[in-house]
Amino acid sequence: MTTSAIQKAFDRARVSGRRALVPFLMSGYPTRGDFRAALARAATLADVIEVGVPFSDPLADGPVIQAAAARALQQGTTLAQTLEDVTGIEGPPVVLMLSINQVLAGGAQMFAQRLKAAGVAGAIVPDLPFEEAGSLRAEFSARGLELLNMLAPTTAPDRMATIAQSARGFLYLISSAGVTGTRDTFPPETLAYIRRARELSRAPVCVGFGISRPEHIRQLADADGFIVGSALIKAQGEGRDIKDVLQPLHAAL
Amino acid sequence: MTTTAPGRFGVYGGRYVPETLMANLIALEAAFDDARRDPAFQAEFAQTLAHFVGRPTPLYHARRLGEAYGGQVYLKREDLTHTGAHKINNAVGQALLARRIGKRRIVAETGAGQHGVATAAACARLGLECIVYMGALDCERQRPNVERMRLLGATVKPVDTGSRNLKVAINEAIRDWIANPENTHYLIGSVVGPHPYPLMVREFQRVIGDEARAQFARVAPRPDAVIACVGGGSNAMGIFAGFVDDPHVELFGVEAGGAGGATAATLNTGRPGVLHGALSYLLQDQEGQILNTHSVAAGLDYPGVGPEHSFLKDTGRAKYEVVNDAEALAAFRDACALEGIIPAIESSHAIAFAKRLLARRPGLCVIVNLSGRGDKDLPGLLAKGLV
Repeated sequence: MTTSAIQKAFDRARVSGRRALVPFLMSGYPTRGDFRAALARAATLADVIEVGVPFSDPLADGPVIQAAAARALQQGTTLAQTLEDVTGIEGPPVVLMLSINQVLAGGAQMFAQRLKAAGVAGAIVPDLPFEEAGSLRAEFSARGLELLNMLAPTTAPDRMATIAQSARGFLYLISSAGVTGTRDTFPPETLAYIRRARELSRAPVCVGFGISRPEHIRQLADADGFIVGSALIKAQGEGRDIKDVLQPLHAAL
Repeated sequence: MTTTAPGRFGVYGGRYVPETLMANLIALEAAFDDARRDPAFQAEFAQTLAHFVGRPTPLYHARRLGEAYGGQVYLKREDLTHTGAHKINNAVGQALLARRIGKRRIVAETGAGQHGVATAAACARLGLECIVYMGALDCERQRPNVERMRLLGATVKPVDTGSRNLKVAINEAIRDWIANPENTHYLIGSVVGPHPYPLMVREFQRVIGDEARAQFARVAPRPDAVIACVGGGSNAMGIFAGFVDDPHVELFGVEAGGAGGATAATLNTGRPGVLHGALSYLLQDQEGQILNTHSVAAGLDYPGVGPEHSFLKDTGRAKYEVVNDAEALAAFRDACALEGIIPAIESSHAIAFAKRLLARRPGLCVIVNLSGRGDKDLPGLLAKGLV
């Protein structure tokens, strides 16, 4: 098995003595041009970039990302446009985040072919739990793409072992119960949960949902990487430079 | 997709939810299996249906409606249950189950408000906290039910995003459950959602069909056809459950055709996809984005449908027809004038199809599931001059 682009990105971060940073941007938000500019700026500080393809009814997302998706959809953002915009980006590997219904719209096989053709490294499909992912995983594996597994604090121990042990690329840890969006602090058991996942997983573990400040990264320092989404989207919405959010986080890695 | 996951009706159904909810769904499936086999639970459910809900409901021979339409019409009177719609059967069942598994906080969605009122009543009776999400548009058009829920001690949370109807109410209820997985039970109101909901809600609703079959047997061996409206499809699955194994009884589900091209007829105009945790027919665009729907009936105004209906459509066991706003309103007036019954605008879609079927095939004997009463619709319909 060859080492994937995602794995290599985490390896590079580790070798330089820090954890990985995974910024999340919404395709087409606030405009297509702004998104492309943000992508280029994020690339200078990111190890992997997660790009959301907007969906009309995202169940796992809080108000900030919901609103960004709605705005991106109003402007006609599509999967095809997203793939065009991420093709040939200099630097970090890109993974897409979208709903299973967007995958099924053109079929799992077609979806995998399109990602491969665009040079995308993999995908996160939050409403596709492990048991339902068989056919998409097969289409991805056949093309060297990564379907990223997810864990939640509510995941039972035996199920956690199954999911963590088969993780490829990186294992996405949902930090705590709830939808995406900033949290002030994380409960003390979050760190124990990260450690457990890390022991079980062959792939690096990356924490998302509510990561917005350097102290979060310091508190959850046992993770291999951190995903930052709503905090960036919020900054974009307020017309601020995403680097102002990313730089302090990068410094805490 | 091919899969070996549990909870499928043919290819439909499954469990497409964020990982945070998987533990709850797995636990709920086990708890429901256990409760189903527990005579004490079944006895308490039966007792509650008899003494709180007011079952059995009559199977009423609507002679004047039959004369006007050209056949025999029997109405299964779910409108006569406590809180005024079939929704209460499932609400009391799930509330008992929630108490059994130690979940003291209940969230629910509601479209027409009937499921919200039923859930509020079921929770009040058991001392459970109740939060109901309701689209802001539906809060406006079903005002009396908002007041009822509040009187029964529920917190009503209007949802002012997107389509402002049932779809976004379900989105918010699911998000609440994701945020509060430990102490909360999501009391879903239809045969939709991830496994085990479609199966569980059908089983709590099958009392409609079981009663209707036994009641009709005193008249004749079987009706020619059974007709029910379909939004998510719980009243239809409930009455179909009593007849689906009898190939001599035709089953008709009636979808809302809306008006002027805007529709909620999922099975007739959609294609399979995933919404709210299950694979089923779905109104969506080429990109897989969910389309907005329209129906005069808030309870049918939904772009998805229960996965078992998708299965029954594909196998041909049930037929799914479309009735538009105007036809439903005409049937609503027929039931009022000819039978002295004010039906819910949702149920009026089923009556309207009975009229069309009997015009096509005079002399048939049909059972229409009168799933709810229409009091809740009056302010909205009167204000718009529709009745």
